[in-house]
Amino acid sequence: MTFSVPNDRKYSQSHEWALIDSQTALIGITDFAQDELGDIVFVELPNPGDSITKGDIFGLVESIKAVSDLYAPLSGTISDINPLLDTEPEQINDDPYGAGWMLKIELTDLGEVEKLLTKDEYQSQTS
Amino acid sequence: MDLRLSPLTTSHEQMGAKFTTFGGWKMPIRFSSIIEEHNYVRNTAGKFDVSHMGQIILSGNDAEYLINKLVSNNVTNLRDDQAQYAMITNQDGIILDDILVYRNSSESFMFIPNAGHDEEMFLRFVQFRDKWNLDVTVQNSTNEIAMFAIQGPDAVNSLEKISSDSISNLKRFTTTAANIAGTPCTVSRTGYTGEDGFELLLSAQDALGLWGNLDFPSCGLGSRDTLRTEMGFLLSGQDFEYKTNPRTPFEAGVGFTVDLEKDFIGRDALLQSNSQTLDYNFIGFSLQDRSIPRPNSPIMGNTGEQIGIVTSGTLSPTLGIPIGLGYVKSAHSSIGTSLQITIRNAAKPATICSVPFINQQ
Repeated sequence: MTFSVPNDRKYSQSHEWALIDSQTALIGITDFAQDELGDIVFVELPNPGDSITKGDIFGLVESIKAVSDLYAPLSGTISDINPLLDTEPEQINDDPYGAGWMLKIELTDLGEVEKLLTKDEYQSQTS
Repeated sequence: MDLRLSPLTTSHEQMGAKFTTFGGWKMPIRFSSIIEEHNYVRNTAGKFDVSHMGQIILSGNDAEYLINKLVSNNVTNLRDDQAQYAMITNQDGIILDDILVYRNSSESFMFIPNAGHDEEMFLRFVQFRDKWNLDVTVQNSTNEIAMFAIQGPDAVNSLEKISSDSISNLKRFTTTAANIAGTPCTVSRTGYTGEDGFELLLSAQDALGLWGNLDFPSCGLGSRDTLRTEMGFLLSGQDFEYKTNPRTPFEAGVGFTVDLEKDFIGRDALLQSNSQTLDYNFIGFSLQDRSIPRPNSPIMGNTGEQIGIVTSGTLSPTLGIPIGLGYVKSAHSSIGTSLQITIRNAAKPATICSVPFINQQ
């Protein structure tokens, strides 16, 4: 099975993605991750204004069979969360790189971006 | 220890199934999505490979005597080709496993222990056969027999079309022999989903050929679990487990499988407990929040004291709300009672509701 890994963003080893736009990043989980989890029925996210630190747990996703922690791929302050996920968490399964996005953050350490995995590096990790 | 494999494991792998370990078996948990597979079974039909279920065969003059002494229900009520739900209890009346007993003839019985219990139950039957010096052969055929479940409102009509003999008039909890798509099977009008359908028992050697000829979506153990949870059916090893979660049939809500008029191992203890008020009752509950109760989540009463424990939980795909099963102190077990389920250190409001959670059959 091959999973979608878009070229326009960076990845963490814990299967989150970050789409960088100068000082901000959109964050979600990868196609591989959503497939491993199966039907996602519940998402717990922090609130706008909260800070997250690279490598720390920032929330969780719950599928029918399991609960999984979410790890921050980058550090920053949350400026927005995806309001859709409260009522339609299945968007993460259906469109993990689009409608299933989770957080928008203002980056506090741009240097962290370089340390994330490229599409090719992430792909070789999951294949 | 090596995992035990279904005769279809390689085929399931090629289909891209995701796997889980259950009772020492490597079995598919899902082929597509648990919710999608669940809905196939509720709305049309689906096929399950349940070859991890055990088959113990008893034959000989004392077959009926032996099984009747080791299970809670009365097998002398069975006619040929009938099946019965029963508990295997220890001398304290604690459930060791829940099984289906099939009577083939007065001298031939088969029972279906749960995944991973076949060897233990086989040894138990051999031990008591030897102790009582009975004329009965006990055989563990789990590895030689494959088992499929075809479940859903369309299952009967669809399977009838590929059956050598008519099976649509087969009564619930009865069996017949038929060729399904040319494969010799024991066809049983039973299941674990709350839907109509059949379970098929066949030679493991024929499993791959027949599976490919069954034109139903493949379903895994994930949806089997959500389907049985909506019905409030017990899962061995989870809703009861004789060491970690010891329960009598009365506590577990399956007192209807106990015949105290006959003699069996566990009867004396159950006779005593039947005359007393139960400490705990098996209940179903639903949650208001969107969070899934998991086994071992504490159940709290409204004054903050722990009154029970969750044994099963899921998001009900049919109802769209979280549901669970568990045990609470009898004083708190009536329908409509408000509870709190502790999930990740947060108290989630819940209400005891009637089981099954959905209206079926």
